[in-house]
Amino acid sequence: MFKLSWRNSLRHPLRSGLTISGMAVAVLAFCLLRTVVAAWYAGVTTASPVRLVVRNAVSLTFRLPMSYYARIQALPGIKRVTYGSWVGGTYIDEKNFFPQIAGHLPTYLAIYPEFVIASDEMSALLQDRRGCVAGRKLAERYGWRLGDLITITGTAYPGRYELVLRAIYRGDAPTVDEGRMYFHYDFLNETIKKRMPDMADMVGWFMVQVDSPELVGPVSEQIDAMFANSLAETKTESEAAFVLGMISMTEAIILAIRVVSWLVIGVILMVLSNTMAMSARERLGEYAVLKTLGFRPRHLAGVILGESLLLALMGGILGLVLTFPAVYLFKTSLSQYFRVFPLTNLTLALGMATSLAVGVLAALFPAWQASRVGIAEALRKVG
Amino acid sequence: MNEVKPPLVVIEHLYKSYRRGGQDLPVLEDISLTIGDGEFLALMGPSGSGKTTLLNLIAGLDRPNAGRLTVGGTDLTQLSEAQLAAWRARHVGFIFQFYQLIPVLTAFENVELPLLLTPLSRRERREHVELALELVGLSDRKAHYPGQLSGGQQQRVAIARALVTDPTLISADEPTGDLDRDSANEILDLMCRLNTDFGKTIILVTHDPEAASRAPRLIRLIKGQLIRDERNDARSCHLAAPEPGAPENPPPAGPGP
Ligand SMILES: Nc1ncnc2c1ncn2[C@@H]1O[C@H](COP(=O)(O)OP(=O)(O)OP(=O)(O)O)[C@@H](O)[C@H]1O
Ligand SMILES: [Mg+2]
Repeated sequence: MFKLSWRNSLRHPLRSGLTISGMAVAVLAFCLLRTVVAAWYAGVTTASPVRLVVRNAVSLTFRLPMSYYARIQALPGIKRVTYGSWVGGTYIDEKNFFPQIAGHLPTYLAIYPEFVIASDEMSALLQDRRGCVAGRKLAERYGWRLGDLITITGTAYPGRYELVLRAIYRGDAPTVDEGRMYFHYDFLNETIKKRMPDMADMVGWFMVQVDSPELVGPVSEQIDAMFANSLAETKTESEAAFVLGMISMTEAIILAIRVVSWLVIGVILMVLSNTMAMSARERLGEYAVLKTLGFRPRHLAGVILGESLLLALMGGILGLVLTFPAVYLFKTSLSQYFRVFPLTNLTLALGMATSLAVGVLAALFPAWQASRVGIAEALRKVG
Repeated sequence: MNEVKPPLVVIEHLYKSYRRGGQDLPVLEDISLTIGDGEFLALMGPSGSGKTTLLNLIAGLDRPNAGRLTVGGTDLTQLSEAQLAAWRARHVGFIFQFYQLIPVLTAFENVELPLLLTPLSRRERREHVELALELVGLSDRKAHYPGQLSGGQQQRVAIARALVTDPTLISADEPTGDLDRDSANEILDLMCRLNTDFGKTIILVTHDPEAASRAPRLIRLIKGQLIRDERNDARSCHLAAPEPGAPENPPPAGPGP
């Protein structure tokens, strides 16, 4: 009987071909859109549950005095504290934008264990006052080698910063951003002290690592209470909340993309249903003959389901196969916008599962129709 | 006729009507008929007289509204849909006017279809199919698709499919209606052999008097009523070109072999 499903599915090559292609395009679009969404949220998924971000309560663009460092560190339940600033500089040209963070590297890199750095590179980095570390993808993008001189022109902090690449980090998971650059805050601060003294000794944020996830709430409250009514009040939140806050504006767009990705599946469900309904209608006479010979509605449903699943499966597999080059293309051509572009197994599995579900759904109506066909009536129409 | 065997088909006061546009349209009215085991029976009558309807009832494709209908001792009116399907698969072979082969299956696969419902192994099925195709003289066309065969050949494949399960009854609704004279004769010869050599009971619905004249027994239906039941001199159906003008010997219409 499976033979019958198989032969039936090849009966109208053009129709099957179009249906399979449609299916493939839909699965491709579905996986791609999901990957885009995942890229947006990559920051959240890598956010550690034990990391807090302390920033100025007014807004992200206001800074905090470095003197808070010691006071935060003195609080109970805290493992590590570090600080950093957004440099917002450019490399050679204005379009070469990537995130640069000036931070207290010994503690900063300790708080980010997901950045993997070889130990000799690490010590070279920490010993060189002008040293910097770049993510593997970033270094690949500009062809940087260890020891290269990299000049960053500041925008948030004016001036030119001549850095030496001392280390390259890689992420310990595909969702880790490998497109950032870190250098010593002290090096930045030296220049600022000379050029704009009132901005010196100010940092963009403190990162706090607490001993355990349950401490996130209480420690946040303690920190904010400590600096309440001071010149620079703080707002402390978990890293995940912090990252989410940054992308919340785009939430609506993300939602739209999500909706579209499911609409695409809806469209393909209609396409496949139509194909199956058309085929089933043409074959009612054959189904009547099979029934005459003693085949039961469940046999017919099996044949129809088999055909539908075959088409869905071929489309789904083709779509998944096409997803890989498509994601690669996205990743390389849009690397400025999406530094992480994680095509997860979950997305692939979901793509396959939805195509199979579409296959089953599309077979339901024709199978019901075939099971109801009256032998005498159907034979009368054909014979 | 073998008088010892009990009749295969017993029909008493059978009624069948179809509902159309809110009212019942009688198609068969008070049909009583018996058909002996191993008979070759031709059913004639004008278009719309209810031939197909009667055949479908006997072959278990449709259900009567009233009356008694037993075939081979089984009361078809008492069977459920599933039981009826299983009964058809075991006891009836079907031949249609338009062959009704599955176009995407080869001749071999088409003949194999009814065997898929049996517990036969793949090897046993192959043996049965090959034997059936040999009987209809199409051993060399096993791998051909229906579209690659002539009408007559397709009908022979259909006959092979009808006999592969070794049914007691063969239902043939205008099997030569779409064929030229020579192909029609081939088909009729085949059916004769099934009747004489293998003892199959055959009910042949036809518009062709020449085809009907081969049958030892002929029934005429007009407007849903059985008006004549006549027998040839011949004890069995005859092969090849029929002798013209076989004398008619009409006994009083009535049941019983
Ligand atoms: N499913 C149905 N629904 C409604 N009316 C039907 C149905 N099947 C048959 N009829 C009617 O029953 C009558 C007998 O039909 P049937 O097919 O048995 O005739 P027939 O003798 O086989 O005719 P033909 O020689 O044209 O095949 C016709 O008037 C037909 O319109
Ligand atoms: Mg008819």
